[in-house]
Amino acid sequence: MVFGLVSKRIDVRKHVLVPKHEKLSDKEKEEVLLSYHASVENFPRILKKDAALFGMNLKYGDMIRIVRKSPTAGQTVFYRVVVLS
Amino acid sequence: MSADALKELKSALPDGIYRAVVDLMPEKVSDSKAKEIARKMLEEYERMKVEAGESVGLVAAESIGEPGTQMTLDTFHFAGVSEMNVTMGLPRIIEILDGRKTLATPMMEIRLKKPYSDGQDIKKVALAIRETKLKDIASQFSINVAESKVEAKLDVDKMRELGITDAVLEKALKVAAKGLIVDIKGEELVLRLKSKDSGVSDVFKLKERLKEAFVKGVKGVSQILVVKKNNEYVVLTFGSNLKKVFQFQFVDETRTTTNDIFEVEDVLGIEAARQVVIDEVYKVIETQGLNVDIRHLMLVADVMCADGKVKGITRYGVVRDKASILARASFETPIKHIINASLYGEADNLTSVVENVMLNQPVPVGTGITKLATKPVGKSE
Repeated sequence: MVFGLVSKRIDVRKHVLVPKHEKLSDKEKEEVLLSYHASVENFPRILKKDAALFGMNLKYGDMIRIVRKSPTAGQTVFYRVVVLS
Repeated sequence: MSADALKELKSALPDGIYRAVVDLMPEKVSDSKAKEIARKMLEEYERMKVEAGESVGLVAAESIGEPGTQMTLDTFHFAGVSEMNVTMGLPRIIEILDGRKTLATPMMEIRLKKPYSDGQDIKKVALAIRETKLKDIASQFSINVAESKVEAKLDVDKMRELGITDAVLEKALKVAAKGLIVDIKGEELVLRLKSKDSGVSDVFKLKERLKEAFVKGVKGVSQILVVKKNNEYVVLTFGSNLKKVFQFQFVDETRTTTNDIFEVEDVLGIEAARQVVIDEVYKVIETQGLNVDIRHLMLVADVMCADGKVKGITRYGVVRDKASILARASFETPIKHIINASLYGEADNLTSVVENVMLNQPVPVGTGITKLATKPVGKSE
């Protein structure tokens, strides 16, 4: 059934549009917060149910490090905080 | 090459610039010279950074807004396919930045796995993706009033070409209309409702509904176009349904994209949606022959995606989240905002730009962002 629909398991993390997402440990999170002189609420958010976070064990307030490809800087690091909705 | 001179650079510079420095460093260079180069490079980089307090949002707005006045209001047509046109120019930019949920022209760019990307069975691939409705494979719909049934003539050749068997058709039609009795005899298709007391108007409604009944393919994909891009066959579709298309075995699910930002957000996540916002706006600006620095678009996309959901630059989107009532009121529908604020006893702390402009006060931007602090030296009596 090459031309029919099959239920294929799709790993969206392999998609070209999806950058690498990784969960920070509590220690790393503290370091990030200190280096930006900011608290968790000041960071951009990401929903817990976000497709790119599939399979990660997360709770409210966890920090996600996102390594983006950037046309101007080659590679940039971005942080988001997990929220429930 | 001096290793420790570069080490210092690596942590201080963005990855892309660091690599450019490494590439351009002369092969035979003394340690002290390399250190000098690294120092100058860092100095130059620091000078090029945006100053603290710079109103980057305003600069981005102007930089996108001004070329917007020169953009065409046209749509772009594909040669030969009259039904397929793409919203381009200003309408498309407005559509993206407003965060519209329904697009004028949703499109997918489907990449195929090998060997289909080399053109093998490309026709079958295309036909499998395209949505087939009953009216595409049947004609001469008529109503038999006496027996209250709908009759139609099937195009058997076309059905064979699309790989639709009688059983498939019967099943699809039964999904489209409940309580339907389907009779297929060769070219003849006879449809009637199970319930005995179906009037003429019921049968007429049934006929109209069944014409649009979905039979095969991907729902919503009304047009397809196969093009060759960089020695690879790519299927462009009019209509978008990423989730469904990913289920095909021949589709390369790592490179297939759509121009529907909300669909990307749903299927691939917020970061992918941010990337699509940038790509789509940049594509429009590029095709119009205009030149906008991509950093402005990245800023806008970051703002739109900061909350974990895509929000448009509208009074329902990012503007609603502003803390200041006066700032919200100055954007659109001022009276509504002011009335609501007074009903709930909201306070405005005047911490941002717009509200301070309104009140003729120094604006916390640029040099206005600093506050004077005194540091007492020595003992005071």
